Amino acid sequence: MNIHEYQAKSVLAQYGVAVPQGKVAFTVDEAISAAKELGGKAVVKAQIHAGGRGKAGGVKLSRSISEVEENGKSLLGKTLVTHQTGPQGKVVKRLLIEQLTNIQKEYYIGLVLDRASNRVVMMASAEGGMEIEEVAAKTPEKIFRETIDPAVGLSPYQARNLAFAMGIPDKLVNKAVKFMTGLYTAFVDKDCSIAEINPLVVTAEGDVMALDAKLNFDDNALYRHPDIVALRDLDEEDPKETAASRFGLNYIALDGNIGCMVNGAGLAMATMDTIKYYGGEPANFLDVGGGATEENITEAFKIILSDDKVEGILVNIFGGIMKCDIIANGVVAAAKQVGLEKPLVVRLEGTNVDLGKEILGKSGLNIVAADSLADAAQRIVALV
Amino acid sequence: MSILVNKDTRVITQGITGSQGLFHTQQALQYGTKMVGGVTPGKGGTTVEGVPVFNTVADAVKETGANASVIYVPPGFAADAIMEAVDAELDLVICITEGIPVLDMVKVRRFMEGRHTRLIGPNCPGVITPGECKIGIMPGYIHTPGKVGVVSRSGTLTYEAVYQLTTRNIGQSTAVGIGGDPVNGTNFLDVLKMFNDDPDTEAVIMIGEIGGTAEEQAAEWIRHHMSKPVVGFIAGATAPPGRRMGHAGAIISGGSGTAASKKAKMEECGIRVANTPSEMGSTLAQVLEERGLLEKCTIK
Repeated sequence: MNIHEYQAKSVLAQYGVAVPQGKVAFTVDEAISAAKELGGKAVVKAQIHAGGRGKAGGVKLSRSISEVEENGKSLLGKTLVTHQTGPQGKVVKRLLIEQLTNIQKEYYIGLVLDRASNRVVMMASAEGGMEIEEVAAKTPEKIFRETIDPAVGLSPYQARNLAFAMGIPDKLVNKAVKFMTGLYTAFVDKDCSIAEINPLVVTAEGDVMALDAKLNFDDNALYRHPDIVALRDLDEEDPKETAASRFGLNYIALDGNIGCMVNGAGLAMATMDTIKYYGGEPANFLDVGGGATEENITEAFKIILSDDKVEGILVNIFGGIMKCDIIANGVVAAAKQVGLEKPLVVRLEGTNVDLGKEILGKSGLNIVAADSLADAAQRIVALV
Repeated sequence: MSILVNKDTRVITQGITGSQGLFHTQQALQYGTKMVGGVTPGKGGTTVEGVPVFNTVADAVKETGANASVIYVPPGFAADAIMEAVDAELDLVICITEGIPVLDMVKVRRFMEGRHTRLIGPNCPGVITPGECKIGIMPGYIHTPGKVGVVSRSGTLTYEAVYQLTTRNIGQSTAVGIGGDPVNGTNFLDVLKMFNDDPDTEAVIMIGEIGGTAEEQAAEWIRHHMSKPVVGFIAGATAPPGRRMGHAGAIISGGSGTAASKKAKMEECGIRVANTPSEMGSTLAQVLEERGLLEKCTIK
C-alpha cells in the first residue's frame, strides 16, 4: 500500500525523523490558511501517489499568499502527468503546504529489502534528487550500502559509515545518524516495503531533514497497522482493484481487451503472457486464489466485465485446493446474473475437473471449452 | 531415490485442527504419506483422523519421531510456527501459509542461521515424491513416479508442468514448490544442487517468475556445475513494472527482475526456455530426446 508524501512525513515525524513544517490542504482556502501559519511563504506540493512531480510542474515555490492562492488554484483538480503516472496522469486532489527550506545540499537515503541477503539494506548517496535507479545503473560506486541485522537493528556505526561516505558535513553527522535511526525504526515498526528520502537535505540552519518522503507498506502486514490502513486514499486506486480486494481477489487492471480469471499468481501471469504470445492483449491480471467461494468467483466475473474494454474472457483453472466445480458454478451463476454476451473460453484441469466440465456443459451457456492453456489462448484471441 | 522427502519421511502437521490443516492431512494420509502427528496448542491429547495431536512441536517430535513438519497456520502466526519447528530440530519444515509479513520472514531467516533445518516456502504448494510422500496442497493424482525433477516459485504452474509430463508418460522424481515470497527458506540453487546429486533425477524443469535474481544466480551455477539438462519457463513477460503480481515476490523493481532479462540469462547459460507454459512438457521431451534420455525417462 502507498500513502501520500504528507502522510509519510507525519509517520516519520513520530520516530524523530526531521521533516519541514507543513499541512495538507484539500481546498484553496485551506492552502491559504496553512501558508499564513507558515508566515506567508510556502512550497505548494501536489499530492499524488507517483514520483517525478517536481519535473511535471507539481511543486510550486510561492513567495506570497497571492502566489499560494494562484498555485493552489492551478494545481487542485489538475491532471498531473509524470514519468510514473502513465500517459493518463493523475488528478491532484490534495496539496501539501510546506515551509521554505534553505537547501545547502541534497542527498539520498533509502531502505529496501535485499532479496539476496534476506535482510533490509540502507542505501545512501550524495546524488540527491536523482532517480536512484539511474545512479545505480550509471555510477553504482556512488551508492553506499549497509546491510542490517534484524536482531540488532541499524547500529550507530553503520549510520556513521553512510553519513561520512556520502559527505554529510562532520558537525552534522550526529543529526544524520539520528535521522537514519528513526527512519529504520519506522520502517520496521510499520512494516514498510520501501522507504525513500529523496532528497534528504542539509539546510543553511544546520538541519538534516526529509524534503520528500516515500513510504510503501507490506500488504501482508497491514492487519497489524490500523493507523496505516486509515491513510489509504481510494482516489489513488483503480476502483476495480478496490472492489476486487474487498472479495479477497488479486486484480490488476491492464490495457488490453481479453479479461482473464485464473487461480494462482504464477499461472495468472503465464495466462496473460500466453494471450500476448498468440497476438492478443490481456485486460487484467486476476488471481482468485486457492480459497475462493462461488460468490467470490461471481464477483470476479462482474469486476472483469465492468471493464468496458473487455471483449472476451478466458477462464483458466488448474484445480489444486481450488476445486473445478466451484469455479464452474461461480462462472455459471455470474454469467446468468450479468447476462453474458461476450465470448467466454474456459479451460479446466485438476481437482473435480469432470464435475466442473459437466456443470458448464449443462448450463446452456455459450461457453467454449479448451484443452490446454495454449488452446484456450488461441481460441479467445480468435474470438475477439 | 528422490530429494527432500520419501517413503520414510515422518510428518507432523502444524495447525492440524484448522480447516486447511485437517483437509490436507486427510489428503496426505490417503496418498500414503506417513503422517505421524499434529500440533495445535491447547488440543494436545486429542486425535484427528487417527493422528495424535500435541500442544507443542517439541512434544510431537519426542513422541512420534517426526523428522518433517508442514505448516498451515494463519499468516500472523506462521513465522512463530516455523521457528518452533526449527527449534525442535526437524530436518525439514514446509510452510504452505500465504501472506506472512516479509519482515517476519527476515527475522525467521536470522533465527535459522547456524541451525540445520531446511525450510521450504512459505507461500508454496509443498513437496511431493510421487508414489511415496506428498506434503502440501498439490493434487496427488496428476503425479507419476519417475526421473524428472520440478522446481517452481508458483503452485499452479508446477501442476501444469507435472500434468504435462504425466500425460507424456514422463514421471517425476520430486516436485518442489519453493514459493512466491521475496524471502523464503530455499531457492532454485539449493534445489538444483540436490537434483544434480540425486542419482534418480535425469533432468529438471525450473519454473521462475519476475522479481529478484534467484533465476539468474541459478542459471550461472547451472552453466558451470549442472551435469543434467534443465528446461525453464519464466512467468510475467506482460507484467507492468512496480506492481505486485499476486505473489509478494513477483514485482519488477527499478527495471530489474524482468522476464526478458531472466529468460536471456537462462538461455545464455544453456537452459532451453519454453515460450508458453503449455510447452514446458514438450520442450523437456525434446531436450531428453536430443540427449538420448527420453527412453530412460519414459514410463513403460
